[in-house]
Amino acid sequence: MIPELGAFFLVLSLSLVLFQISSLLIGALSDSAIWINLGRRALYAHAVAIIISFALLSYCFATNDFTVKYVSMNSNTLLPLQYRLSAVWGAHEGSLLLWIMILSIWIVAFALFSSSLPKKFVAWTLIFAGIISLGFILFCIFTSNPFIRQIPPPTNGADLNPLLQDFGLIIHPPMLYMGYVGFAISFCCALASLMLKEYTNQWAVWAKNWTLLAWAFLTMGIALGSWWAYYELGWGGWWFWDPVENASLMPWLVGTALIHSLNATAKREVFSGWSLLLAISAFGLSLLGTFLVRSGVLTSVHAFATDPARGIFILLFIVIVVGGAFLIYGLKASQINDKGYAFASRESYLLLNSVVLSVVTATILLGTLYPLAIDALNLGKISVGPPYFNAVVIPIMAPLMIFLGIAPLTSWHRDNWSATLHKLKLPLLGTAIFSIALILMLVENLTIRAVIGLVLSVWVIATSLTTLFSKENKISLKRFDGAILGRTIAHIGFAICVIGITLVSYYESTSHLKMGVGDEAQLNNYNFKFASLDNVTGPNYKGVQAIFEVTNKEQKYLVQIPAEKRFYDTRGMTMTEAGIDAGLLKDIYISLGEKIGTEAWSVRLNIKPFVRFIWLGAILMAIGGLVAMGLTPRRAKL
Amino acid sequence: MKKRNKRIIGIFFGMIGAGIAVYLILSAFERNLMYFYSPTEIAAGHAKDRDSFRVGGLVVENSVLRSPNTLEVSFVLTDLKSNQPVRYKGILPDLFREGQGIIANGSMGSDGTFNAFEVLAKHDENYMPPEIADTLHLEKPHGPK
Repeated sequence: MIPELGAFFLVLSLSLVLFQISSLLIGALSDSAIWINLGRRALYAHAVAIIISFALLSYCFATNDFTVKYVSMNSNTLLPLQYRLSAVWGAHEGSLLLWIMILSIWIVAFALFSSSLPKKFVAWTLIFAGIISLGFILFCIFTSNPFIRQIPPPTNGADLNPLLQDFGLIIHPPMLYMGYVGFAISFCCALASLMLKEYTNQWAVWAKNWTLLAWAFLTMGIALGSWWAYYELGWGGWWFWDPVENASLMPWLVGTALIHSLNATAKREVFSGWSLLLAISAFGLSLLGTFLVRSGVLTSVHAFATDPARGIFILLFIVIVVGGAFLIYGLKASQINDKGYAFASRESYLLLNSVVLSVVTATILLGTLYPLAIDALNLGKISVGPPYFNAVVIPIMAPLMIFLGIAPLTSWHRDNWSATLHKLKLPLLGTAIFSIALILMLVENLTIRAVIGLVLSVWVIATSLTTLFSKENKISLKRFDGAILGRTIAHIGFAICVIGITLVSYYESTSHLKMGVGDEAQLNNYNFKFASLDNVTGPNYKGVQAIFEVTNKEQKYLVQIPAEKRFYDTRGMTMTEAGIDAGLLKDIYISLGEKIGTEAWSVRLNIKPFVRFIWLGAILMAIGGLVAMGLTPRRAKL
Repeated sequence: MKKRNKRIIGIFFGMIGAGIAVYLILSAFERNLMYFYSPTEIAAGHAKDRDSFRVGGLVVENSVLRSPNTLEVSFVLTDLKSNQPVRYKGILPDLFREGQGIIANGSMGSDGTFNAFEVLAKHDENYMPPEIADTLHLEKPHGPK
């Protein structure tokens, strides 16, 4: 009964969303407040129906209702409750329902906080949002209904993939989806402004905070995914250039370009066209990401269920939504009216930012889609690996960091080079001193690329701090500007992230070796002793736990690190639980490989300097986005 | 006139920048493509001219041999038509098992054994990389539904 009720609410929400679109359309075209209000009510009811449907699916998981096929495929009576609940989005059908629910929450939030905006603009935004909801609900009902029964039910479920039985994976998908789906708001606002002609610049003011919020969520979502891969996959990689990671990075890059471009549009009425295109692309790439992950065209840990019908549906949907959006843009672009600006001005730097980030996105898109295209054309099977992405993305991002330092110190509209140079004196001096100190410090194992990465990061931090004290921006309690503070935090976060990436990439130490109980090994200044090996039993797995005693040169006791190997019976999967001693300046990372002979194990020992900076930087970026959003003084409305 | 000159200079630098970017991208692309071959294609000599490439197939039962004192391991990959011996030194992924579909990255040794520097297995026991499924002429296996 409960699953049928869930399916019923899903279908109910479909009819409500149809009602929402049509009444808003009537309202927007006939300028009738009654119809627009009716459409809003339908939207709220639709969201409630989706949330009920989602809650009922969670209930099926909580009560181990194995007559529901999706539950039986992804859960098990032995699975602890928190993982049974997160198993709701552990595979395709449920994560799609989560996506739809998050989308309706975003739309409802927009509808609730948009009372001061023109009614017609809101109506058009909600119409486009409704169309997106409609597409996804149809997709869910016809190709991926999570409520399908399986009779007779199996005696127990197939269990959740052990890789997903983890705290990081409880929160990673919802965070990521909050980001992906959040770009739908800027997308819909962009289209609404095109439909109405009057708000080609004004929409940027309205969409800015929504975009910042979505961007902050996406930043956290990507960071969580990276952190999870680091400790859960058992070998300490934190970024693989896996197509699925690229699928989340591309909307992030375009979203980053979008928040900068929107800022310029909102403040100076420039780049209106750019902002519109970036808003369309950011959401388009989010949809593309969904397609890549869900269609089974990719070889990836995320591609759990492959079904060609699903891929074709999403592909068609992308073509309609993104193609339609570009068509509207093409038809209405002539009404865009940009103000001019001088070559030496902050606008130029922001344009550069947009262009560079778009180029990076295009190169990642090329590397991600090219193998798929070649395969589809039967020209052979190829893959584009990390070397390509590293070789391309890093050199393009490096100049971006130079200009990232300069831009916040320039003036809008018109500036002169000598004034800018004057402001840059202090950070230039600081960076130079640091560079010399760095080269002296690293003189023994100097890597030119590592030095470049570090110097650029310090440059960004130095200039960002300088902006806080420069005449125009000076922060005082009287005139507290969140936009400036948020920008500074986010830029410093970016630099910290780059520092982490650089140091862990060039100064990581790794050793793979065979060890038995009692054996000792050295790596850098540390001594690793394989102290003991014991059996462990969990609720749905059995395994062994090895304890390593790590000491430094002086034999002063440092730390005991447990590393586990687990065997999950139901799925017959072996899993590595790495032992990590986390520290701000370095992680000691130990994982068990496999048993060799009767006594020994293959062991992976790693020392990863500054790896935490990667996620710390991401957290700072997200905080910066939120600060910029929350504390921006409201600008006068039209 | 001045404004126009500025614009021309802007476009000029833009073109140079774009040109450098395109050059970097395409040359990096060319150098870093990894081709995939099945054991049968290797036997037929298709991979002869490639320095490094990927080979995929099922690990033949009872073919995994370990050296007693190092992390060296050797095994045989098959696409059910031809076999390809592979050598690897390091830690194998959790889902590496006899009978499992895996992909090895590396280059061909002079003795006809593939020297792998990386061995990939996927993170789901039901999952088979599409390349291997195609190679085996099986229907693409469906994951949990």
